[in-house]
Order: sequence, then structure tokens, then C-alpha cells
Amino acid sequence: MSIDTETARRVAKLARIKVEEAALPALASEFNAILGFIEQLNEVDIDGVEPMTSVTPMRLKRRSDVVTDGNQQAAVLKNAPDAREGFFAVPKVVE
Amino acid sequence: MLDLTYEAPKAKVIAGATGDWELVIGMEVHAQVATKAKLFSGASTEFGAEPNANVAFVDAGMPGMLPVINEGCIAQAVRTGLGIKAQINLRSAFDRKNYFYPDLPQGYQISQLFHPIVGEGEVTVEMGNGTARRVRIERIHLEQDAGKSIHDMDPHMSFVDLNRTGVALMEIVSRPDIRGPEEAAAYVVKLRQILRYLGTCDGNMQNGNLRADVNVSVCRPGDYEKFAATGDFGHLGTRCEIKNMNSMRFIQMAIDYEARRQIAILEDGGKVDQETRLYDPDKNETRSMRSKEEAHDYRYFPDPDLMPLEIEQAWVDDIASSLPELPDAKKARFMSAFGLTDYDASVLTAEVENAHYFEEVAQGRDGKTAANWVINELFGRLRKEGHDIDDCPVSPAQLGGIIDLIAKGEISGKIAKDLFEIVFTEGGDPAAIVETRGMKQVTDTSAIEAAVEQVIAENPAQVEKAKQNPKLAGWFVGQVMKLTGGKANPAAVNEIVAQKLGL
Repeated sequence: MSIDTETARRVAKLARIKVEEAALPALASEFNAILGFIEQLNEVDIDGVEPMTSVTPMRLKRRSDVVTDGNQQAAVLKNAPDAREGFFAVPKVVE
Repeated sequence: MLDLTYEAPKAKVIAGATGDWELVIGMEVHAQVATKAKLFSGASTEFGAEPNANVAFVDAGMPGMLPVINEGCIAQAVRTGLGIKAQINLRSAFDRKNYFYPDLPQGYQISQLFHPIVGEGEVTVEMGNGTARRVRIERIHLEQDAGKSIHDMDPHMSFVDLNRTGVALMEIVSRPDIRGPEEAAAYVVKLRQILRYLGTCDGNMQNGNLRADVNVSVCRPGDYEKFAATGDFGHLGTRCEIKNMNSMRFIQMAIDYEARRQIAILEDGGKVDQETRLYDPDKNETRSMRSKEEAHDYRYFPDPDLMPLEIEQAWVDDIASSLPELPDAKKARFMSAFGLTDYDASVLTAEVENAHYFEEVAQGRDGKTAANWVINELFGRLRKEGHDIDDCPVSPAQLGGIIDLIAKGEISGKIAKDLFEIVFTEGGDPAAIVETRGMKQVTDTSAIEAAVEQVIAENPAQVEKAKQNPKLAGWFVGQVMKLTGGKANPAAVNEIVAQKLGL
């Protein structure tokens, strides 16, 4: 797989990261280097090897169905650039 | 279980200018999991709280916060899977679906694309006249709900409430087995019924706790059968997905509109674009959601914050052993144990609360009589008041008491309705009310005879007419009932009137 400038532009847009036009070719080439390394990993024979999901034998931690959090409207809104009447206020988004 | 001698119903056919078209429909139903807390946080799922009150920092996507799964949500998903006879996957995993939207502060939704918790199952959707569609379920996966954006509070801003963010949803994905708008609505009704019986989703569509995405395509007669035989989607038309429907009526209208739109394009020599559309009930049309198209590249990958979810068969078996009687089984039992018609059994089992109520009334009594009273009198009266069975002023014991009084011949059917009205509006013990208000049926023949004789004596002209035309005897019966305040036993009155008039 090879990443061209157009793909790099698209990935940046999907990730909402602003990349100057001039920086795109270098970014594409870095992506290619990373993918090249991953392709190299494909050469390893992993037939019959379970994917490792944790380095220690751990089980997914669970919580009980109990309300233990919330009721902190002010704290939740504290970092919002704009908040009104308990809501986050954002530029209009409408279908 | 129900006698499954069902025929499959016919697919809906729409006549086009160039021949007939058939519909092919698949659905993705999003059902909010009934739990106290959210899928990965300890914040409440309660509807109607102050904006942003039910938000943990995990839900707000604060840096460094880690999700911890709610065991209650896992149990509810398993329970739902068992309720639709589905395979339960002892190992499932969570993935991130990446997109940006103001009501999704994490920048991704945690979902289960690759390894869902529930695999293949099925739902039987009865369509009347002994027909039923067996809709296969492809999978059910757990995922997070998004928040809510409100667009009409300010001309330039949208307001975002994260209370719903992170609440657990079950996405129930069907195969394209549904063949018409009515079937689609009936499928949602049936699914909702099963979820409510299981107690895994409250099914409240108004609050958005149950909503459906509908995939619609059209094909020529015969094409669907080719698809069914080969599994090759190439035999079917290009589908469009109508998002976020939360009304049975709109689901049907949207499908009908969308099918006709696609047929018009195809018959004009055009081509249907696969896209996401939104239904506008005010205009009765669907329109493209272009913004969604752009974001369609979700770049799914396994969520590194969450290990695979492993559950034990013994735990699944535990849940299976606690499943309630489900709608199909309950309906079949009501028909066989209480002698109810298919229709009455369907009405009584539609809502589990109604079924419980009926069963209490019917216990030890005649099932058909109990069904008539519950369906006609009780439901009719509740509907008039806008009440549910939950806030019904008449208890099953009270209604049962009224039925007992009729069975014992203590009150007539007509008086019973008056008595029901009194119990409904004022409450009280039916037997005591009958006693204190003198509503008891007169079965004493001598009292009835006296009343009949009085009416005959006062109406000699009518007596002459009745002798010519025996049908007029009914008038005398009516007069006697009036004279006795409706308390005379109608059968006895009939008999005595006929006898005294010499008919």
C-alpha cells in the first residue's frame, strides 16, 4: 500500500488536523515508511498464534450497574468555550 | 409454543410503468439498554434530567479517563440474545468508530463491529390470516449512544446535552428478510414487545429509546428468490438507508416513499446512489444526508482501552434460566388454556402488564368472559380516560369480583356495567356495593310475575298488538326491566312475558 499526497490530505481532514499544503508530501512519505515497517511484520509466520491482548493474564474489569457518578454540570462545562443554560453551545450544526 | 403452520406472506408489489417491482428491507434497530448506569461510566441513564447532569468525565471525553464496562449492560444484551433464540458469543470485543460531531466528545463511538456479543437469531412476525414472516437477526452488538443536539433554542448556535452520551444501546441488525412497509412496522412492534417482556429496553419510542434505521431497495419479481438461493446481493437493487425513525407510521410512510423514489429513478434509466437519507414527515419525503456521506470513512480499529469481553457459559445459562415466558408462548398458552381467539390472545399479550392483569382476572374464572371484560370494558374505559393499565383504578380482584357476581346470577350483565362504572370511578368492593345499593338481580319469579302483570294491566292496547305480532313482546320485556330498575333476570322476564301474553 502506498500513500499519496491526496490520501494524506484526506486522512488529515478526517482527523480534523490542519496540515499546510506544502507539508503534505513529507507526511505522505512518513506514512509510507510506517506502513513499510508494518508490511515487513507481515512476513512473520503467525499461523496458530492467538492475538495477544494483554501482557499479563488479565480479565476485562467490570463495574456493577450502580449510579456512582454525575451531578457535576459545572465541572463538565468548565472547559467549554461557550456554555449556556447548562448546555454546551456550538456553532449551528443542522441537517 | 405457537403452532407454526404459517405461510410466508406475499411481498409487497408496486406497479411501475415498466412492470412490477418488489421491496427488500433490512433494519437496524437501536434499543436503549434498560440499566441504571451507562455502558462505560457510573453516570445515570435517567431520562429528563437537567442538561449535562448525568455526565461522568468518561462520557465527556476528558483526557486520561478510562472506560469500565457495566456488567448490567452485558447481562441485558445476553438476555436479549437468548430472547430471540440467538447464539451468544462468549468472546466479543469493542472497536472504535471514528467521526467528529459535537454530541460525541470522545471523537469516536465504542461499538462492536468485528466481534459482536450476540450472533444469529430470529423473530417471528405474524401478519394475520395465518401468515408470518420469519425475520432472521444477523447480530446484536453493544455500543454507546451519542448526546443530543438542540437546534431551535438559538438562531446561530446548537445546544448540546451529553446526558445520553455513553448510554448503552443494543443495535439489532436484521437480514434483508422484510418485504413490505407493513411487515417492517410489524417487525418493530414484535421486537419491541419481546424487549419489553424481557425487560431489556423500555421501548419508549417517543423518548428515542427505540429507533430504527431502515435499508430499502427495490428489485424485479424473481430477483429476491435468486438472492435467497445464492446469497449474492448483486441480484438486489442498490439500497438506501433511512436513519433514525421513531414512529411505526413514519417507518411505513418513509419506506413507501423511498421505494417509489427509487422506482422512478430506475424507470427513467437512472441509477440509485447508495446513501443515507432522512425522512421528513411534514413533507412526506426522504432526502439525502450529504454531511454523513463525507464522514463515512469510520477507520474502525480495536479499542486499546478495552480488553476483549469474555463471559462464561454458566453465567449465560443462569440468565437463560431466568427468562420470562415470551410473547409467542404466552399467546399460545392463552389460546389453549383459556380458550381465547387468536385475536383476543394477541390483544391481551401485546403488553406484558396487560397479560398479567388478564391472567389474574381469569384465574379460576371463565377465560372468555374475563377476556371480554378486560378487552371491551376495561381497555375501552382506560382508553377513554387516557390511562394505562399501570394506573388502572380497578384491580384484577375487583374486576374478578364483578364477573363472579354475574356468574352467580346475582347481577345482570347490564347492571354489571353500571357496577363496573361505580367501581372504576369510586372504587370499593363490588359485592358490598351491590348489597348496599340494592343492585341485586331479582330472580324471585313472583316479584317478576307481579311486574309483568302490572305492565300488561296498564297497557291493554299493546297487549292486543302483541297478540297479532309476537315480536312486540320485546317491548314488554323492556317495560318490565324499567319497572324493576334493570334488576330483573332477563331470561326469567322473557319467559314470563311470553307465558302471560299467551305467545
